[in-house]
Amino acid sequence: MKTRILGWLALVAIAAATLNSLVGVPADLNQGDAQRIMYVHVPSAWLAYLSFGVTALGGIGWLWRRDPRFDWAALAGAEIGVLFTAFTLWAGAMWGRPVWGTFYQWEDPRILSTTVLLALYAGYLLLRRLTDDPIRRANRAAVVGIVAALDIPIVHFSVEWWRGLHQGPTIGSPERIFNPAAPDLFVRALLSMLAAFTLAWLYLMIRRYQLAALHARTDEAARRGSLAAARAAAEPGVPDVVPARPVEPAS
Amino acid sequence: MSRDLAVALALARKDALAELRGRVATGTTLFFGALVLLLFGFALGPDADRLRQAAPGLLWLAIVFAGLLAVGRLHESETEDGALEQLSLYPVGRHALYAGKALAGFVAMLVLGAVLLPVMALLYGVDLASALAPLALVLVLGAAGFAAVATCYAALTVRMRSRELLLPLLVLPVVAPLLLAAVKATAGALGGDPFGELGAWLALLAAFAVLMLVAGAATYRFALED
Repeated sequence: MKTRILGWLALVAIAAATLNSLVGVPADLNQGDAQRIMYVHVPSAWLAYLSFGVTALGGIGWLWRRDPRFDWAALAGAEIGVLFTAFTLWAGAMWGRPVWGTFYQWEDPRILSTTVLLALYAGYLLLRRLTDDPIRRANRAAVVGIVAALDIPIVHFSVEWWRGLHQGPTIGSPERIFNPAAPDLFVRALLSMLAAFTLAWLYLMIRRYQLAALHARTDEAARRGSLAAARAAAEPGVPDVVPARPVEPAS
Repeated sequence: MSRDLAVALALARKDALAELRGRVATGTTLFFGALVLLLFGFALGPDADRLRQAAPGLLWLAIVFAGLLAVGRLHESETEDGALEQLSLYPVGRHALYAGKALAGFVAMLVLGAVLLPVMALLYGVDLASALAPLALVLVLGAAGFAAVATCYAALTVRMRSRELLLPLLVLPVVAPLLLAAVKATAGALGGDPFGELGAWLALLAAFAVLMLVAGAATYRFALED
């Protein structure tokens, strides 16, 4: 119930912030309406990093405490992080096309590091899909989630230097747009969108976590063979052909 | 500590011996790497200048692709005859096993680089003689970083049916900064380092290797524990 209220709250907040960023603030002098994409682009990027932080911490928590709840949180972070990373790239491309004249810009380090980020966590999700055993899956995913998180700053530095050692700062980088020198109006619009997106993120994270918990429960039930037992109970004449397997000991 | 070192050395020595006697992986991975270099030439040639310009990038792509096979093979060979179970039953720290496997992978990567570098020079007409020392340094640091990541991930995927597919998908994004730094450092070494940035790239390679070695040593037991 509380989660549902949070969901509605997030929806209303996003609607209000969207309305504000579309009609409440004027268009950018140089970039026109395209600049408004920034209001969803920057919050998505922020939430992508936040999600992957949750994934790394969840992985560490799992390896340390062996509590599946950490693994569920890690999964939620990775999936929602990939969603927001993809959205960040997509929104960036939509903005880049009219402003830079190109969807993908090799001169901009942030695009490159975000793309690597997407590849890192797409691999993480793929690894999870290809492992059935929950304990193995949690182990493997935790290792990959931790290594990926350690890799993020190196990726960031390497692409910054890659461009930076040769050329001056990139034109139109988000930092410049987010410059404190920008009028308060724009900053306020961005901050309200940031708050609205974070609410939505929290809602999605909780829902994904709950879903993971449900999945774990049904998997566990199937494992114990209680489904077969329930079927036998429902139809007393049919013998229980599937013997209940003992729970595998945690390795 | 010294016992861990002895375990690591023994494990690496065992892998090296097996390879020297069987010579399965060395031949195939070297051949594969050289083939990649040749085909890159077809893809980008016949303009000799263009090939020379792209040479550092092509070299490192060939090393990374062939390295995936080489390091993956080091764990695959353990799955035969239940060797991996024996290995994980040894009463030694998992970080010692990781060190041994990573050392074997490091040596394999060095051999790969030492062969592919002259092959690249020959195919693309690049002069190596003036830059041997910095190139060797780039190779050593790049090999260490790659072996650190790939060893951990090879242990992670070795028991999976789709390991050949999954290993590259997991390793390649992680080593993206290593590739970038190694290519820039190689280009700097070959071009006489006109921008004076060789040191920065070598430092990045070293930092990557150290970070990933620590991460690998800390998480290897979870990667291996199956």
